[in-house]
Amino acid sequence: MREQQSGGEVILALMAILAPLSIASIGGAMGIYAPLQHETVTVQKWITPQEFLDLFAVARFLPGPSSIIGAMIGMKVAGLMGAFAAMLALYIPSSALCYAMARVWNEGQGKSWNTALKRGLTPIAAGLIMAGVLALFQLSGGKWLTGAVLLGAAAVLTWKSKMHPFPILIGGAVIFEAAWLAGLMD
Amino acid sequence: MSEGEPAQRVSLLAIYKVFFSIGVMSFGGGLVPWMQREIVTLRGWMKDTDFLPGVALAQILPGVNSTNLAVFIGQKLRGLAGASVALAGMLTGPFLIMLAATASYQVFINYKPLQVAMTGVAAAAIGMILRTGVSAVKVSLDSIVSIAVMLATFIAIGILKWPLIQVVAVMVPLSVAAAWPRNAAPVKKDYGNA
Repeated sequence: MREQQSGGEVILALMAILAPLSIASIGGAMGIYAPLQHETVTVQKWITPQEFLDLFAVARFLPGPSSIIGAMIGMKVAGLMGAFAAMLALYIPSSALCYAMARVWNEGQGKSWNTALKRGLTPIAAGLIMAGVLALFQLSGGKWLTGAVLLGAAAVLTWKSKMHPFPILIGGAVIFEAAWLAGLMD
Repeated sequence: MSEGEPAQRVSLLAIYKVFFSIGVMSFGGGLVPWMQREIVTLRGWMKDTDFLPGVALAQILPGVNSTNLAVFIGQKLRGLAGASVALAGMLTGPFLIMLAATASYQVFINYKPLQVAMTGVAAAAIGMILRTGVSAVKVSLDSIVSIAVMLATFIAIGILKWPLIQVVAVMVPLSVAAAWPRNAAPVKKDYGNA
């Protein structure tokens, strides 16, 4: 951390970095990592490149949105207040905008424009979700074991739609662990 | 009770509880499938025909998909209070877990068995998203146009990796315009149309 910045200044600077990213991240959190790394590692020098990579790896596995890495950086540089301020900056601007849209949308329930929008957006949702699955698979390295586990999980959940997904997630962990112990993973 | 409205007025406490559990349980990602399961499949607070367009809206709007979708669902259930409670509920658990993880990650970051296990959890979570995708595909198989829109969106973004904004700027007007005249015809699926 740079010596000349007080805790309050650090928090304000971090919020000034995160709030625009909150609005800029269209289509998923992937777009925010490069600018976030540039600002916090290169410009502000709050954390080292290795620390950023470690936080990125950890955030991916935590529950909740992975953009929560912004709040992890907040905690590292300014403690609990930094983390909380980062959460506000990350999620309030985009949520306010979404709220305004959702309100107009939901109040139009039953009107013909709303019905047309819903019908028109459903196949787009299908295409986007499937594209997201492909992107996540490729991001994970595209290994055969990942593909097998994800297809198996989807098949079981389609078959038993009300079952709790936790056993599926744990099953994924167990299968990977077994494959690793058996020397099937590099 | 008008058609398309939730059958009962959902309490804010109930909304908070559901979204809190969604936030805590969503290891490996897959928040959207968790919401579909808890809100649509188990509780029937919303139908897939309302939920799925919400997924598209949440993704198209700026911001994280999952928080946007929580706001969208909360707004539909209980207006501003519902949206606030849904968002706060979904982020409470991840915030606390994130604090603990940031304080302790150096202890476990290089522990290989944990990395392997979490990679397996993430793989299964992608499967959860695929399951949601399959349900969206099923609903979309109702006309040639919507099948074409679905395939075009998937190919443009998933395979050609074209930017989302430009793709939806073309696809949304086309798809919505094509959906419009069908309103006059008898409604086959329940889209909450009066």
